[in-house]
Amino acid sequence: MKYIEYTKAKTNGVNGLYKVEKTTQLADRVHQMWIRAPHVAHHAQAGQFVIIRIDEQGERIPLTISGVNGDLIRVIFMTVGKTTYHLASLAAGEHVRDVAGPLGRPSEMISGSTCVVIGGGVGVASTPIIAQAAKAAGNHVIGIIGARNAGLLILEDEMRAICDELFITTDDGSRGTHGFVSDVLKKLLNERKLDLVWVIGPAIMMKVTSGVTQPYGVKTLVSLNPIMVDGTGMCGSCRVIVGGETRFACVDGPEFDAHQVDFNSLMARQRVYTDEEKVALERHHARHCECKEEGHHHV
Amino acid sequence: MYDRPVNERTRDFHEVALGFSADEAILEAERCLQCKKPLCVTGCPVGIDIPAFISAIAAGDFSVAAATIKEQNMLPAICGRVCPQEVQCEGACVLKNKDTPINIGALERFAADWERERGFARGQKSREQSGHRVAVVGSGPAGLTAAAELARRGHKVTIFESLHEAGGVLSYGIPAFRLPKEIVKAEIEQVLAMGVDLKLNHLVGRSVSVKELLAYDAIFIATGAGLPGFMGIEGEQMNGVYSANEYLTRVNLMHADQFPVFDTPVKAGSRVVVTGGGNVAMDAARVARRMGAKVTLVYRRREEDLPARREEVVHAQQEGIEIITCAAPIRLLGDGAVTGVECVTMKMCGLDSSGRPVPEPLVDQTFVIDADVFIEAIGQSPNPLLIRDISDLVIGARGNLVVNDQGRTSIGHVFAGGDVATGAATVILAMGAGKTAAAAIDRMFKEQ
Repeated sequence: MKYIEYTKAKTNGVNGLYKVEKTTQLADRVHQMWIRAPHVAHHAQAGQFVIIRIDEQGERIPLTISGVNGDLIRVIFMTVGKTTYHLASLAAGEHVRDVAGPLGRPSEMISGSTCVVIGGGVGVASTPIIAQAAKAAGNHVIGIIGARNAGLLILEDEMRAICDELFITTDDGSRGTHGFVSDVLKKLLNERKLDLVWVIGPAIMMKVTSGVTQPYGVKTLVSLNPIMVDGTGMCGSCRVIVGGETRFACVDGPEFDAHQVDFNSLMARQRVYTDEEKVALERHHARHCECKEEGHHHV
Repeated sequence: MYDRPVNERTRDFHEVALGFSADEAILEAERCLQCKKPLCVTGCPVGIDIPAFISAIAAGDFSVAAATIKEQNMLPAICGRVCPQEVQCEGACVLKNKDTPINIGALERFAADWERERGFARGQKSREQSGHRVAVVGSGPAGLTAAAELARRGHKVTIFESLHEAGGVLSYGIPAFRLPKEIVKAEIEQVLAMGVDLKLNHLVGRSVSVKELLAYDAIFIATGAGLPGFMGIEGEQMNGVYSANEYLTRVNLMHADQFPVFDTPVKAGSRVVVTGGGNVAMDAARVARRMGAKVTLVYRRREEDLPARREEVVHAQQEGIEIITCAAPIRLLGDGAVTGVECVTMKMCGLDSSGRPVPEPLVDQTFVIDADVFIEAIGQSPNPLLIRDISDLVIGARGNLVVNDQGRTSIGHVFAGGDVATGAATVILAMGAGKTAAAAIDRMFKEQ
């Protein structure tokens, strides 16, 4: 009943509605969703993303493609704002209005080397597809995935099945190594030769973790997540400073050489709409509560 | 034609220019001299039989007028509004020297609106299908025109559009007060009614591989302009700094003016500075005005050098937009978010190869304009995305796709037109290119 508008949306015979086939909650506020989007699924490669718009009033948000199965793509997201809460409320059988993609350049790849794929928090979502590609390219693949606590750790089994070695860290020690992914990375760097490292997670985690590899001169890639609008190289919203130059995450990235990225300006630009996001989320929760006729704790 | 009063129109996004009534249209049409050798037609990039449609209006045969226009132009309600008629058909009108030229744009708009509002408008579906498949990349003015012209000749056309709405710059770029979005939608619907297939959310090169694309019998690339240019001045990464593309897209396509009913926000600001002098700069400034800000536009040359249409400049000034000429931003002030724009006064020194004065900064003459939003409208390069992925395509020095006078690229069955080939230009020139390429594609099929 809540979001009936978009399932009834006029399609004019030209627009597809994209069906949500399966949803699973992976952890507190972390959701996994399989969406039928053949044009994306048939062309997606590791490291690419989609832009999703839920309904006619919706904003366009970028989400990493974290898996592909036939005509379906998987996205994994944490509920932080209006759109992600709305997305999480969709059940299997419901639809999103738009899925555009795959967007961005595929992950850079090497072969016959040792690769480390590191994910932190919901950033772990991006790791299996990259680890898989690295494995397929004939690399020895080491995974390091971390979370604040065991309950927030996602995709452990999946990563274990793909990686040659998998390390787990939690901030509170409730699972795996007590500490950060960067601690495990440091240890590995001291023990053996690593050729390529991916670090994916919140901007601050990517900044800190990629800083660890710099003294060792190990090539490190990060997947940047600035605010986007079109995501196809038209608007310039996602500009980031890499190596002192303005680059666009949607078409030049989203992966960049971590040691060249100006993380501070990225983090500042991610916060541009903090006030507006709060307004949108409160409005969403207020409407949500009316429909559900139940209390809802505002975040 | 009248404009809505300034104090009324700056509060909303409804159309500024009001169209002719039927009586006004007939009166205007009756002024036409019906020249034996009509110069107006030579000034029209798509070659509309202008005297014929004007004479139909004078006779009260409005549907005949609309049909006459549509023989050459499938998007007349759009062109009637956004074409720079003063340098095209109206600029060539013989009455220009004696009296005022015939208001051909307003008459075109009248005929198209009259037909559409009565529900008479429909696309002409070709009776015979050729069996040839054509891919059109991009649904802006060039792509839509090529698609309509090809469908009319019986070819099966698929348009690929990367956004969630068709129209390209007509949807995300030109604001509703110049070009109402329901008119864009209606004219696109007519093109689709001719049997054209539209695939939204498809970025060619990504959602459709280059190999899949090149398997079509012919391809028309109309991906438009690409990433916006940034000036590269200090402070550009701060909050409150937009390219005009982003600012306009947030409002026009994503409806940020209706936030939070629509999810996409935009910083409206209370003091907005726009830099640039083209139609896009005027559009951004006028949108910012409607979002409630005091707006200043900074342009590095003189007022008479502004590349924007005169009408847009006048409208902007009427709406209270301050235009500071012979100045350019050199630095953005603020701590995280913009608080001011430091500008330098420019002196005009000699002329460049295009005959425009060359602005040189007077380094000791700087001034600061308070601003919480800064919008750069300094142009875009041709969209590099798809064309850099197709090997064998010859790219020009400015990043433009090189085409011959028929719109043909260096690959035999690949054609292109619009901003991707010319760099940022006008809607009607893009349409003209779409038409030329469609004719060339049709000839290629016939010769096979």
